[in-house]
Amino acid sequence: MEIGPAKILRRALGLRPAGPHYFFRRHTVFVRISHWVNAGCLLFLLMSGLQIFNAHPALYWGKSSDFDHPVLSLTAQDTDQGMIGVTQIGPWRFDTTGVLGASDVDGIRTARGFPDWATLPGPQWLAMGRLWHFAFAWLFAINGLLFWAYAAALGHARRDLLPTKGDLAQLPRQIANHIKLKFPRGEGAKRYNTLQKLAYLFVIFGLGPLIVLTGLTMSPTMDSAFPQLLWIFGGRQSARTIHFICAFSFLGFLVVHIVMVILSGGWNNLRAMITGSYAIEDNKDG
Amino acid sequence: MAENRRRFLSRAGAGAAAVLLSGCTSLSQRKWVTDLLSDVEILTRHAQRLFAGSQTLAPEFSKKDIAPVFRANGTLDPATPDYNAHAANGFRDWRIEVGGLVERPLSLSVAELRGFPSRTQITRHDCVEGWSCIGEWTGMPLRLVLAAAKVKPDARYVVFHCADNMAVAGDTPQFYYESLDLLEATHPQTLLAYELNGQALPIEHGAPVRLRAERQLGYKMAKYVRRIELVEGFAHINGGRGGYWEDQGYNWYAGI
Repeated sequence: MEIGPAKILRRALGLRPAGPHYFFRRHTVFVRISHWVNAGCLLFLLMSGLQIFNAHPALYWGKSSDFDHPVLSLTAQDTDQGMIGVTQIGPWRFDTTGVLGASDVDGIRTARGFPDWATLPGPQWLAMGRLWHFAFAWLFAINGLLFWAYAAALGHARRDLLPTKGDLAQLPRQIANHIKLKFPRGEGAKRYNTLQKLAYLFVIFGLGPLIVLTGLTMSPTMDSAFPQLLWIFGGRQSARTIHFICAFSFLGFLVVHIVMVILSGGWNNLRAMITGSYAIEDNKDG
Repeated sequence: MAENRRRFLSRAGAGAAAVLLSGCTSLSQRKWVTDLLSDVEILTRHAQRLFAGSQTLAPEFSKKDIAPVFRANGTLDPATPDYNAHAANGFRDWRIEVGGLVERPLSLSVAELRGFPSRTQITRHDCVEGWSCIGEWTGMPLRLVLAAAKVKPDARYVVFHCADNMAVAGDTPQFYYESLDLLEATHPQTLLAYELNGQALPIEHGAPVRLRAERQLGYKMAKYVRRIELVEGFAHINGGRGGYWEDQGYNWYAGI
């Protein structure tokens, strides 16, 4: 039986415990495929989306663009010290030279919203960014609809994602445990905890449909078919701004998600999402 | 060691992202990739047409929504000697030829266009770059022009040939052109517009006549229209993709 640092290390790496353990089938093959298709889509959509954004790196609120009053803008300005990048959010201005507004392309300072390492393709190329974006938007939407159908039909959403009354009662303690990086083990690790459930529900049934609908609202043909979309989101430019906020909410979720996957037992979590098998410690003392 | 592993993982992740990124940039230059991605456009067009059909109208707005300054984009002044002469003359001798697969070719002056029934609409112009501007357009519905010219049954597309030369000085001239299929061309809001906000169309917005296709993005709405040609297909015209920007890789279907 291991003790002390060795045990903690094995746990952090997500290696199977040296002590008594067994494998539990954590994710069905459908969920695993859906998860990785979605992960790929998000990466392509985010980077091609930033490419499209760079064609006009400013956001507005309302039906049309009030060019003098953007909600957010990434611009380049020429100064005595050379070109600087300026990010403006409402009345606040920040110098973001090198990353936002102005960054280096092949060693040459260039005016562009997001830097070339964040966009797909790297160089300024709106037409190609749109091709990538719309192809993966279809894949993302179809994958999302299939997941919804699966989650509804097989009770995955209700059984595994919807928090129970008990879950909600435990919420304060779980938040405290998360802050202390204490994660459930043994039998408790077989279920999602309340924070996980809420995060996954928010992304799957909130951000997902919202980013698809705001994306469609930017299409002039869809606006003719469903003018209600404009009413819901307050106009095409508002929809574009909400779409952008959703994209960065997805990015925020992704960062937290990856950090939590690593902190709560990296390889064990990753293996569970690839092969389905998740190692559970069998001893009660954990 | 956990920290080392984490550092290794984050480096591996960044490395993988860099490989993926450069990979995708080079993939973007391969024909089979762009062809495959472009084919998605067919799916998008069919799906959108399924919901939008041929008659759903683009939203129309009220006078108070009109932008104080309507942003001009693309060519702001063709500035060729021929165009300059027409502009100096108030476009009195400007004629729009309607030909190709029609039974009655037409040659219309701006005054003759104004003689037809007109439509005025306050609509939102959506640029492919992402911005929008609202303005009031007045013009002759294109479907009336097509009806007057009696389109032959084998015609499928309407091609708009323009007076603005997109090539850099010294190169072979490359005049702007665009195309719509008959469904979009005969849409009630598709106009040959000659007024913006109650005034004769300014040069920067395509004087004397530009196209308005309100369910499409801005690059479809050809300015400085000189000739309208009904065709069965556009593979033989210029780059063969149905428009100046399409020849540069943009989607022919510009409803999204």
